[in-house]
Amino acid sequence: MASAVLFDSPGPKTAARHRIYTVVAAVVLMLLVAWVLKRLNDAGQFAYELWEPFVTPNIMQAIGEAWLDTLSMAGLSVLGALVFGVVFGVAKLSDHRPVRWASWLVVEFFRAVPVIMLMIFAFYAVFNSMSIERGAYWSVVLALTVYNGAVLAEVFRAGINALPKGQAEAAYAIGMRKSQVMNIVLLPQAVKIMVPAIISQMVVALKDTSLILIVFGVGLTKILKQLPLSFNNLVPTTIVIALLYIVTNLVLTAIASYAQKKFVGEKEMLKVSMVGEADQNQSAATF
Amino acid sequence: MDAVIESLPDVFKAFGYTVLLFLVSGTLSLIGGTLLVAMRVGPIAILNKAGAAYVTLVRNTPLLAVFFFFSFAAPRIGINFRWVDVHIGTFDFTSFFSTAVVALTLYTSTFVCEALRSGVNAVPLGQAEAARAIGLPFGGVMSQVVLPQAFRASVPPVASALIALLKNTSVAAVFGVIEATSQMKSLTNNNADERWGIFLAFAIGYVVLVELVSLAAGTLERRWRIA
Repeated sequence: MASAVLFDSPGPKTAARHRIYTVVAAVVLMLLVAWVLKRLNDAGQFAYELWEPFVTPNIMQAIGEAWLDTLSMAGLSVLGALVFGVVFGVAKLSDHRPVRWASWLVVEFFRAVPVIMLMIFAFYAVFNSMSIERGAYWSVVLALTVYNGAVLAEVFRAGINALPKGQAEAAYAIGMRKSQVMNIVLLPQAVKIMVPAIISQMVVALKDTSLILIVFGVGLTKILKQLPLSFNNLVPTTIVIALLYIVTNLVLTAIASYAQKKFVGEKEMLKVSMVGEADQNQSAATF
Repeated sequence: MDAVIESLPDVFKAFGYTVLLFLVSGTLSLIGGTLLVAMRVGPIAILNKAGAAYVTLVRNTPLLAVFFFFSFAAPRIGINFRWVDVHIGTFDFTSFFSTAVVALTLYTSTFVCEALRSGVNAVPLGQAEAARAIGLPFGGVMSQVVLPQAFRASVPPVASALIALLKNTSVAAVFGVIEATSQMKSLTNNNADERWGIFLAFAIGYVVLVELVSLAAGTLERRWRIA
């Protein structure tokens, strides 16, 4: 679509020039890949014994369990974030000024503070009575719940604002109360628009679970930290763990775009910007 | 709070590193993102695909894994930044700092690329068609019609990407840069009774920085907006 805006369809001369560019680009890219492969090969990183752990059943099982841990941390925190998001998203739309301000403060605070700081704080100040591994696990869940919850609160608000004004007006007109308008008319429609955005938030949460490495490795980061100690295979481990994250995220993204098609149609996914309230209102107006 | 006040110079220096990481990798990410978006929207199919593959791979990798690769794995295959050893004032720019800059830049470039691309996509097709119809050459279509609109449309998403970068500089704490989060961690470890105060102090530091970037972005957006 972009190229349609940017370029005319090429004539014969341009097409010939593009062919030359294509060949040059292909050669450069292949050289780049070859250089990386050669580097890996020269350092002996393709030796079988470095990769053997990843086809050893015990270790594969350990990796699988670690992957499930990571997935459950992300899943739990997104569930928690949903609750947090609904509560604060609705509170931000409240008619009462103090409620609106308080929830604005909470949401802005957790959106601006780095997740890794929340994790350190949760680990040392909240879950310090648990065992290290449990404590780290729940620190991840808590930190990601409040961070993603703050992001989802904005998504909820944007989702409700994106509904046509007539919906709320009609509901008031037939005599519904404020809570009825929200619960029966607005939220069910808004949730439908928000499902894909919520699934994409899962990708963010999944990536952020790795940050707990600053205090202790849990889930896939545990493998990342421990496996190279016994097999001296830092490079292969990093590659395999990164690939696990990437594949999981791609699956989640595919689910999100399926949900987008199913629930919303071809419209663009709901996005929340860190700045510029104006553009949100604009997009809300054109909906 | 006493612990924070006692070590105030260290705290400021730590936030100094945070800001420096942000400025250096922010600038480089803007350049990298522009190159990537040029690849992605350009007419050469193979570059489109290569750009898209890079963006998809890196965006779905945890930043921590990127850092981990450049800190521990890359030196094993002969890629390291030990040759960087610059000292300006009291700030040391060593391999830790440059590794962090490389990881943050490679990661943030992909988000900047997507932000810029959404700006290009926001320009209606009719704009370019109308520009061609009145006889503007390719350069004119680009510099007079398409890019000014695309640029304005991409200010808010690019600002979001930069704010994310500002918060992501905290990942450097895991890999040896003594920036704000790392400083907070050592303070909380040494002053167990003041964890809440320490956390709040550092959190407010980050909030202030984020608000500054957000304010700057808002100002630019308003200044560049067309009536």
